[in-house]
Amino acid sequence: MIQIINTGVANIRSLEAAFDRLQQPWQLTEDANQIASATHVVLPGVGAFSAAAEAIDRLGLREAVIERIARDKPLLCICLGMQLLAESSEEAPGVAGLSVIPHQIKRFSNTVAVPQLGWNEVRPRSANAASSGSSSSNANPPTPFVTGEAYFANSFRLTECPDGWGCAETEYDGPFISSIWRGRVLACQFHPELSGAWGQQLLANWIGNPHA
Amino acid sequence: MLKSRIIPCLDVNDGRVVKGVKFQNLRDAGDPVELSFHYEAQGADELVLLDVTATRQDRIAMLETVEKVRTKLRIPLTVGGGIASIEDAGRLLNAGADKVSINSAAVRNPQLINDMSARFGAQCTVVAIDAKMTNGVFQVLTRSGTTAETLDAAAWAAESQRRGAGEILLTSFDRDGTRSGYDLPMLTAVTTACSLPVIASGGADSVAHMVEAFEHGAHAVLAASIFHDGNMTVGEVKTQLAAAGILVRS
Repeated sequence: MIQIINTGVANIRSLEAAFDRLQQPWQLTEDANQIASATHVVLPGVGAFSAAAEAIDRLGLREAVIERIARDKPLLCICLGMQLLAESSEEAPGVAGLSVIPHQIKRFSNTVAVPQLGWNEVRPRSANAASSGSSSSNANPPTPFVTGEAYFANSFRLTECPDGWGCAETEYDGPFISSIWRGRVLACQFHPELSGAWGQQLLANWIGNPHA
Repeated sequence: MLKSRIIPCLDVNDGRVVKGVKFQNLRDAGDPVELSFHYEAQGADELVLLDVTATRQDRIAMLETVEKVRTKLRIPLTVGGGIASIEDAGRLLNAGADKVSINSAAVRNPQLINDMSARFGAQCTVVAIDAKMTNGVFQVLTRSGTTAETLDAAAWAAESQRRGAGEILLTSFDRDGTRSGYDLPMLTAVTTACSLPVIASGGADSVAHMVEAFEHGAHAVLAASIFHDGNMTVGEVKTQLAAAGILVRS
């Protein structure tokens, strides 16, 4: 059973519909024990960084999510859910993220339309390395998806690839990090549930074979 | 790089897709659920469903339509028409909309933009602006084009951005349904006045019209009759746009 963390600030009907199409049972949860024990957990995200962080703390879920990542149990963080992994965000100065990665989330500059709304290419970094003939023994872990086009709706983004994580890049206001993964934990700045057949395949892969 | 978006628009009246000229003489153009899947398969980047009657009874029908469309649709869905409150917007989002567009209610009560953006996020909050040229200004119209407001479209777009809107859906009342091309001066005025993504709407009859709109700052183009009448598929349009140098999703 997929447990979708109900922060109450996210509009998640599209995500639920995507799991329905994959015939995967899901439920909303606000319970730390379920987050600890579930086979699969999703931290969705539409809405504001501060409201989502406050909701996680109000529900007492902060430790459960951090613990799940530490234990490498399948977790999918979407959009704001990915940003919550950081220490902080320019969107909400002083509000603590989950601090799983030691970075700050930054706003796109005023040289581009904000929010970024629409489809953009997502390119896993190890795919670059492979095509350029790199054979470093410290290469990224296997990529959880192939290069594709995904739907974005974001004003803020991660700009550096965290140490020890695999990363995908996208170009908007220069390159930014559009996905990170480590073990069974996958975070996407884009919305796989709105990204057509490619996004549905990404969700199916995460459920069926969380690139362990 | 961000792709230029092609967005088929389904005007929905009592559970059926319709198309009129200048919001009048509505004629039947099909089933919204079937058409939605059809356009996704053709390569549409998003869909817009506009409730063009928006009586209380029809709004309930619209929620059912949105739920049915969402069940299968794997691309973003914007719903607009007759949304008067944050509760209306919440119901549509719960039914499966990803974005909600507000028009007359935002002009009557601009605070609704702030409230929606704070509650659901800027990326959910689309301000739809209908306007026409009147005495040298792009005058905002509300209530499906029947009420002229003392409001300039470009200034209203800028205010919408300040209040937290995430996107502008700009429809030219002069061009809607006329097949004479998007209103490029209006598009330029609005894309100059705000830095939000702007969807151009009203008047498309050819790929050349869409190229013009993108060259005048549109992030997306809305089109209805060009697709509903089967003259061109979304895929054919995208192939021609790509050939014209416009970056589109493959």
